[in-house]
This record gives sequence, structure tokens and C-alpha cells, in this order.
Amino acid sequence: MNAAYVIVALPLAGALILLFGGRRIGDPMSGWLATIASAGSFVATVVVWATMLGMTSSDRTVDKQIFTWIPVGSLHVSFGLQLDPLSIAMALFVTGVGSLIHLYSIGYMKGDPSYPRFFFLLNLFLFSMIVLVLADNYLFSFVGWEGVGFCSYGLVGFWFDRETAAVAAKKAFVTNRVGDFGFMIALFLLFGHFGSFNYSQVLAPLAAGHATLAGSTATAIGLMLFLGAVGKSAQIPLYMWLPDAMEGPTPVSALIHAATMVTAGVYLVARSAPILHFSHSVLWVIAIIGAATLFLSATIACVQDDIKRVLAYSTISQLGYMFLGEGSGDYTAGIYHMIMHAFFKALLFLAAGSVIHALHNEQNMKKMGGLRKYLPVTYPTFIVGYLALAGIPPFDGFWSKEQILDSAWHMSPALWAVGAFTAGLTAYYMSRQVALVWLGQARWKEARPGADGGEHGAEAHEEYSGHGSESLSAEYGGSGQSGVGTHPPEEAHGDGGHVGGDPHESPWVMTFPLIILAVASTIGWLINAPFGGLDFLTKWLAPVFPSTIAPPIHVATGTKWILGIAVTALCFLGLGLGLMAWRKVERPELEPAFLVHGWYIDEGVSAAVLGPLTRMANAFSFVIDAKVVDGAVNGVARLTTGTGRQLRRLQTGYVRNYALGIGIGAAAILFFVALRVGG
Amino acid sequence: MTVPGAWYLVLAAVLFGLGATGLLIRRNVLVMFMCVELMLNAVNLTFVTFARLLNDVGGQASVFFVLVVAAAEVVVGLAIIVAMFRRRAAATADDIHALKG
Repeated sequence: MNAAYVIVALPLAGALILLFGGRRIGDPMSGWLATIASAGSFVATVVVWATMLGMTSSDRTVDKQIFTWIPVGSLHVSFGLQLDPLSIAMALFVTGVGSLIHLYSIGYMKGDPSYPRFFFLLNLFLFSMIVLVLADNYLFSFVGWEGVGFCSYGLVGFWFDRETAAVAAKKAFVTNRVGDFGFMIALFLLFGHFGSFNYSQVLAPLAAGHATLAGSTATAIGLMLFLGAVGKSAQIPLYMWLPDAMEGPTPVSALIHAATMVTAGVYLVARSAPILHFSHSVLWVIAIIGAATLFLSATIACVQDDIKRVLAYSTISQLGYMFLGEGSGDYTAGIYHMIMHAFFKALLFLAAGSVIHALHNEQNMKKMGGLRKYLPVTYPTFIVGYLALAGIPPFDGFWSKEQILDSAWHMSPALWAVGAFTAGLTAYYMSRQVALVWLGQARWKEARPGADGGEHGAEAHEEYSGHGSESLSAEYGGSGQSGVGTHPPEEAHGDGGHVGGDPHESPWVMTFPLIILAVASTIGWLINAPFGGLDFLTKWLAPVFPSTIAPPIHVATGTKWILGIAVTALCFLGLGLGLMAWRKVERPELEPAFLVHGWYIDEGVSAAVLGPLTRMANAFSFVIDAKVVDGAVNGVARLTTGTGRQLRRLQTGYVRNYALGIGIGAAAILFFVALRVGG
Repeated sequence: MTVPGAWYLVLAAVLFGLGATGLLIRRNVLVMFMCVELMLNAVNLTFVTFARLLNDVGGQASVFFVLVVAAAEVVVGLAIIVAMFRRRAAATADDIHALKG
């Protein structure tokens, strides 16, 4: 089990080496170093997992202390790792998918002037995420939680000389802070109630049924924890940062905003299951927020033109499914969908990155089309990811979504209906994407006259931004527009000979992860297949979610069949509709303005928050600061000069005045002495 | 006949008062300087008187100290006055009020 230290140490070591020596290590080598650190971490996780498999399931929780971090009175917070089925399941897919994305980045980021910095942040991110999932107490988890927030900031704003990227990074960070606020309140409440942050002291007694928790306390802690999760996992009302975060390089979108960081909230909720068990209302809140988010963001995804934005909104939507599953009390289904989603969403993002790479930074799907002939590896892998996300059997998304929806049905048929309808919607918008990107006319040929090489990119971007200002960019105050955004500088794509020519397939370091992820998206669902005793994940996680805190959910097999067939029918319907409708490119009737503007939520938030905030800032600036603060400071100064001006009159410079002063002084002293001594 | 001790003390007080008044009201530096000397010597007279009345030589010893200090003071003071005369024709104390606040 000591391999656990290696899981944590390798990415940290990689990050430190790259921080101090990255410039000297240089272009491809620093990428390989980071990839090796990440892959080593994955291997160590596998070793720990294998060791765990050899234990009986009740012994699979091991606490590895590193050192005591905060020893204050009765409070001892340690840097310690808790290895249990949940944390190892998380660590496995975080390091696994993370390693593939590291590998992919070697190709994608080639030629970027800040290449080592990218891999430094990537490794640091991986370290933070591992700390988050492996920590043995809430406070240490919070360290990782903040770490991923910081790395997200650094990576979204990786090309910080672009204003859109800098603004998006700031937006992501600030929005996350709102959630962090909730997490911190939850930490205070936890300490106030339990006097400890350790999972083993807070959660284990609850899970084992040795202790109970008052409903109100559980509600307060649960809601605050969920607020943290909402911020990190981009749920209503804190989801706006994620689409804008697509300003980061595409591997970042895949790693952070699809596969790992956003799952931190899902993990936190699953981890806190023993607390949530004592508050039914929090579970309802989680389920309803999840359902609302998954529907809302899916509708917005239906009208996005940017290839990455569609995926971003679909990520929010899929995270909503995970929360719907957890809110329904089926934590295993949430985790299951999280892992499946990590596979196929990382795949989709990386494939989208490959497309963007091939088209020299074109991200507008309406300017793509007909690419299937030119990208022989990316195309089939993308299709696998598409089918998985659309919920078509037998790919990953179908199975995990089914489990969530079955549990949601058990919670409330209304929640199921939202989820089922959105499943159809998901198939529809993904089909739209496939139709626009891969099928139909090769529209990129018009946008790329061919001969004038490097120039055309800038032109296309200008054109796109102009078009976007009518529809999209108003929504994001210009911050989210991506025509000029999300890719390495033009020279990053190296071989200038291809600029202007036909799109070309990416190098093997980029396609290899695609193939691996496509395989995982096809057969990954077998880790929790609902038949033939193949439900490994359920059995594996059973010690973490014992029936005392997560009562088993029984849905009759017949009902499951009916529900499954209904949802799948909806998915096929959406699939067909999407492919049929988007054989034409311009379908304004299918892109209503309120969806293009994202239900006007960004504008609404701006209006509701910006106005009062500006007024408050003005009040502070012109009243409080100018009058009160400056008044106090100036008042002190005026008092001093005034006193000085009066006292100055004593200094006449005339000897006689001084002599008189001495005389009067001496007389006074004598008088005093005479009075005291004589009296 | 002997002069009573009190008379000496009265004389000394009168001299001191004259000196102090002169110091305060005269503008000529030289005169002010002499007024200071007058005050010092008035004090000397008091010392001697008390030494005589109380039969204690301590008073007379003090007078020597005062004389020595006065001599030193005269040296410094006259040097300043000479320097002042070199810079300007008259030696009016009120002309030198560079320390005015």
C-alpha cells in the first residue's frame, strides 16, 4: 500500500522539476517528463488497487499518515491519505485519463512558447486532484480543491495575452470562489459539530450506524457542501464559468472541464453520503438542481455553433445527470456515470481538438463539414464518443444513464421524465454536431482559399467574431467568443506546408489517446454491467455506501425494461431528428434566440448583480472612501498643522522673549519649591 | 558698627532685578551682556553674604566657580559679539531673530 505515496509524489515531483527547470528541459522533453510522471502515478494507483483487491472488502479502508499538519488543542489535522474503494476508483480514472491527455498534449501544444509552463500546470493539477480524492480529511481535501481551482485558472488563462482567455479564467475562478465559500462554511459546521475533519471520525460512525445526526445539522452541512459542489461541478446557478472556460487549450477542456476537476463536486457529494443520508431535503435539492441543470444546459447545447461549446454544455448536462443519480440516493450510479463520462467526454474533447488542429484553429461548426474523409482516425473515434454520449446501446453512456434514470424513477417519475427527455435532446444536439462537422458539404474550403497561407486564419476569425456579435457574443459580453481563442499559436501546428491544404490527421501522440479512449468508451461499461453478476463497481463501492446510508433502490426488472426502451427510443428519435434536420446548415427556426442567449441567464445575472454592485462600489468610492476615510486622514493632518501654526508663535527669535520665559519659569519653580518646602 | 546681613541681601536682590530688567528691555547686545554679568555678581554677593552669616566657606567656594564660569562665558560671549559686529554695524539683539518660528 506504500505505493500510495508514489501516486501523490510523482505528479508533485514532475511539477516541481518543470517549475524550476522547465525552460532548460525544453519543448518535447518537458511534455514527456510530465506524461511519465502522470503515467507512473497511474501505475502506482493500479498497484494499490490490485493490493486492495487482495483484501476482504471490509478491510479496504487504509489510512496513510504523512505528517500532522495542524496540531491545535484537540484538533489534529494531518496530511494523510485515505485509501478506500471510492478514492481509489476516483484516482484510477483521474490518473488514467489524465495520462492520456498528457500524452495528447505533447502533440497538441507542440511549438507553444510556454510549453513547459503548460505541463507544469497540468502536473500540478493532477497532483491537486489526487490530493482532493485521496485526502483523509475534509480540510486536506479542501487544499486539493483549491489547488485544482488555481490550476484551472492558470490553464484556462494559459494564453493570458488574449483578453477573452484572461476574462474567462477570472470568471472561472471567481465563480468557483462562490462555491468554495459554501465548502468553507461546511468545514466550520463540521468542526463545530464533530470537532474533527477526518473522514474516519466524521463519516465512519455515521456510515456504520453507530451515530446519528440531527436532521437540521445534516441539512445545513449538506447544503453548504453541495454549494461547494455546485461551484466546482458547474451546476445551476454557478454553471456559467464552464462554457467560457473553453478559452483554454483543448486538452485543458478535456482534462479539467470534462474528465476530472468538474467531477470533484460529484466526488464530494458521494464522499459525504453518510451526512446526506440524514437529510432527505438535501437529497431532493441535489436531485432537483441536477435535473434542472441537465435540461437547461442541454437546450443551450442545441444551438451552439462552437464545437467546444456544444461539448461544454453537454458536460454541464451530464454532470447534472450525476447529481440526479446521487440525489436519488444511488451514489454508485453517479460514480459510474462519472467514470463513463470521463472516458467519452475526454474522447470527444480530444477529437474536437484534433479537428481544430486539422482546420488550423477553426472552431465554428458551420464552417466545417465533410471532414470524415480527411481524418480517418479522429472520425471513427469521435463517432464512438458521440454514440456513447447520445446513450445509444451498447456504448458507455447508455448503461450509466439507464442506472441513473432508474433510480430517478424510484425517487420521482417527474425527475425521470426530465432526464429521459433530455437524453433525447442529448442525442439530438450531438447528431447536429456530427452532421455539421463530419457530414455534408466541405464548407471549410470556402473559408480557406488555400494559397494565402497564414493570413486566412485571422480573416476567418474576424468574420466569425462579426457574425457572433449578432448572436452569441452578446450573451457573454464578448468574453466567451471563441473565434480568437482556444488554440496554440499558428506555428504550433508546425508543418506550414499543410496550411491552406487539405486537413491532415494529427500525429500519433494525439490519435493514440483517442483510440484508447474510444475502446474505453465502447467496453468501459462492463465495469458495472447490470446483468450476469458483472456489477463490479457496485460490489467494489459497497463498503463505502453501506445499506445503512444508501438504502438499496429496487426497481422491478419489468419496469427497468420499459423505462430503458422508452429512453432508448427517445435517444434514437433525437438521433434521427438531428441527423435529418441538420443536412442543411442554416436552420434559424431551430435556433431560437432565447436559447442562443442561454435563456438570458448571463444577461440577467449581469443586470441583477452588476447594477447594484456598481452602485455599491460608487457609494464606497465616493462617499465612504472620499468622505469618511479620506476625511479622517486629512483631519489628522489638518489638526497637526493647525497646532503647529499656533505653537509657532512662541518662537519669536527675540532673545528677550526667551529670557523672559526663562525668568518666569525659574520664578515659577522657585515659587513651587518655596510653597512645598516652606509650607 | 556692622551692616546687617539683610542689607547685603537686599542690595543683591536690587542688583539682580536691575540686571534682569536690563536684559529684558535693552536691545544692545553689549549692554545685555553686562546685565547678565550684573545678575551673576548679584548672586555672588548673596553667596558671600550667606557664607558670612552661616559661617560656611561653601558659599565662598561657590563664588569661585561662578567667577570661573563667568570668565569663560565672557570669552565666548565677547567672541560672538565681535563676530556680530563684523557682519553688521550695530549690535541690536532684535536684528538676530533667525530662530523665529
